Amino acid sequence: MTKNNLTTIQKGYLHRRNRWMIVTSLLVILTLILSTTMLLLGNTRYPLEVVLRVLMGEEIRGASFAIGTIRLPRMLSGLLVGIAFGIAGSTFQTMLRNPLASPDIIGVTSGSSVAAVFCILVLELSGSIVSIAAVITGLIVAILIYLLSKGGSFSGGKLILIGIGVQAMLSAVISYLLLRASQYDVPGALRWLSGSLNGMQMSSIPVLFLIVFIFGLVILLLGRHLKILELGEQLAITLGLNANQTRILLVLSSVFLIAFATSVTGPVAFVAFLAGPIAGRLIGNGTSNTLPAGLVGAILVLGADLIGQYAFDTRFPVGIITGILGSPYLLILLIQMNRRGGSS
Amino acid sequence: MKHTRIIAILIGSLLSLVLCILASLIFGARYISLPEVIEALTHPDLDSLNAIVVHERIPRTIFSIIAGASLGVSGVLMQAITRNPIADPSILGVNTGASLFVVSGITFFHINTAGQYIWFALAGATLTAVFVYGVGSMGSGGATPIKLALAGAATSAALSSLVSALVLPRTEVMNAFRFWQVGSVSGATMEGITSVLPFFIVGLIIGILSSPALNALALGDDVATGLGVNTGLVRIAAALAGVLLCGATTALAGPIGFVGLMVPHMMRLLCGPNLSILLPMSAFGGAILLTISDVIGRLLGNGGELEAGVITAFLGAPILIFIAMRAKVRSI
Repeated sequence: MTKNNLTTIQKGYLHRRNRWMIVTSLLVILTLILSTTMLLLGNTRYPLEVVLRVLMGEEIRGASFAIGTIRLPRMLSGLLVGIAFGIAGSTFQTMLRNPLASPDIIGVTSGSSVAAVFCILVLELSGSIVSIAAVITGLIVAILIYLLSKGGSFSGGKLILIGIGVQAMLSAVISYLLLRASQYDVPGALRWLSGSLNGMQMSSIPVLFLIVFIFGLVILLLGRHLKILELGEQLAITLGLNANQTRILLVLSSVFLIAFATSVTGPVAFVAFLAGPIAGRLIGNGTSNTLPAGLVGAILVLGADLIGQYAFDTRFPVGIITGILGSPYLLILLIQMNRRGGSS
Repeated sequence: MKHTRIIAILIGSLLSLVLCILASLIFGARYISLPEVIEALTHPDLDSLNAIVVHERIPRTIFSIIAGASLGVSGVLMQAITRNPIADPSILGVNTGASLFVVSGITFFHINTAGQYIWFALAGATLTAVFVYGVGSMGSGGATPIKLALAGAATSAALSSLVSALVLPRTEVMNAFRFWQVGSVSGATMEGITSVLPFFIVGLIIGILSSPALNALALGDDVATGLGVNTGLVRIAAALAGVLLCGATTALAGPIGFVGLMVPHMMRLLCGPNLSILLPMSAFGGAILLTISDVIGRLLGNGGELEAGVITAFLGAPILIFIAMRAKVRSI
């Protein structure tokens, strides 16, 4: 009897692991397809062969410029930012055990945006200083929200409500900064309200890659601990986990990811919020969904950018498309959450 | 509550309101001194430059008073019906719903008069209110404050991204449409005010008539029923009044947030929880708050202007944070 039970558990484990492997590889394939499509499409369509030759470093008139200078940075930044949003969002959601607790809903992203807009419009800075300021402010806002919600007794619902309030104040500040700016600077800064991949340059890619790689890896390595944290603080401590230390590491890494990505493309609506739950539904329970969430994030950003560029007469920035795709799902999720009864 | 105190508060608010109105006529892209304002007001056919500016500022001043009063009363009603300290037309997503409907109407049905805006806004406000309440009251425990607030905030976020999607491709052509994302009273016209006024009056009267019953409701549904109140009817009437008030306002001003949240709490500190007093006083409070926010927005704008909705959000959001902080985990 015991033996039978054991094999059932083992079978379940193997089954879940297989499903994880299959889903993750499918997501990788889909990401690759979308990335390639982004290189192929544009004002001029190039055959796959030309794209490959350009990527290998060959000089082809016209194609080298269109692909190497315009499409490649756009694709790479979309990919990396998507991964960053996906991983950071799902980490926040898992840690706070509430799908609504993603950084874009509780105001961390707005914090980064305020800093970036301030640097660009008022201090007239650009490049890595903007990103550093965005990261620092994102961290400060995250800490502030946590401290405010800690007074008395902590609960996820309280944190989200306070986050919504902080978010509203920060958006007001952004509006103010945009108004004070000279007309010339505004289009560049308007990106901070919706998120867009327009005008990406190759020079910002290496640092972005490094940040996504390092902090993504940290979160992936802590995945096992994250899974235990999800069971609740008391259980985590009982199981021998240093809950506080792990949580601080995870929050730091997520904020770095989200703030840096935001400083590059602006807040792409709902990607951080959607990636985790979608990935979770695809792979089922019991396995880590950090990596799949990152891939889903990349797929969302790349797919939405393709739709925004080619599906309509006007070109929409990517953030608008993710906003439209995300909002029905947000409502469905809310209805399901309330039905199940777990709301705080 | 002593009568003298109420009268003192009433006189105080009336005085502040008059000061706000004068400020609204004096300050802006062009500063006009008080004597000139009074001269322009007393001689309606004067056509010096300053007099024209003052006359241009009159509609937006009147509208900000009406809109602020509507939002304040609407907030009181919603907090009373749901017995929820953070209920407010903007947090429950009702303003954004109204805004989305108007923008859709402009985009797809080419509506263009204030009268048409109002009907679209009312439809949007009603549907959103029903939807948010429906979602918030699912599951065990009914419509608890936290569930209602989250349902509203999420709905609001979702709807406002739809508004952005409709507005953004047109911003180059119609910069004026930005106020559908953040509310502003700058677009007010006399024609718009006259079409909004009936809704304001009807909403206010229903609100005042239902306030004794709402007072009973504050004691709990069981006690209220025991006192002979038809709880269902009162809720529906008050909700209707609340939606009328905030929907009609949003139709002309776009979604202005946090007035309905902030004003009732401030006024409750001043004049206590009795709705028969609180409701009219919140109308005053809302009018003062929105008018002064509009003036601040014009002063900060430095030539341009900052939408009144931005100022009210900045002033009101800390109140939301404060209420959320103080709330006990069980009750929120």
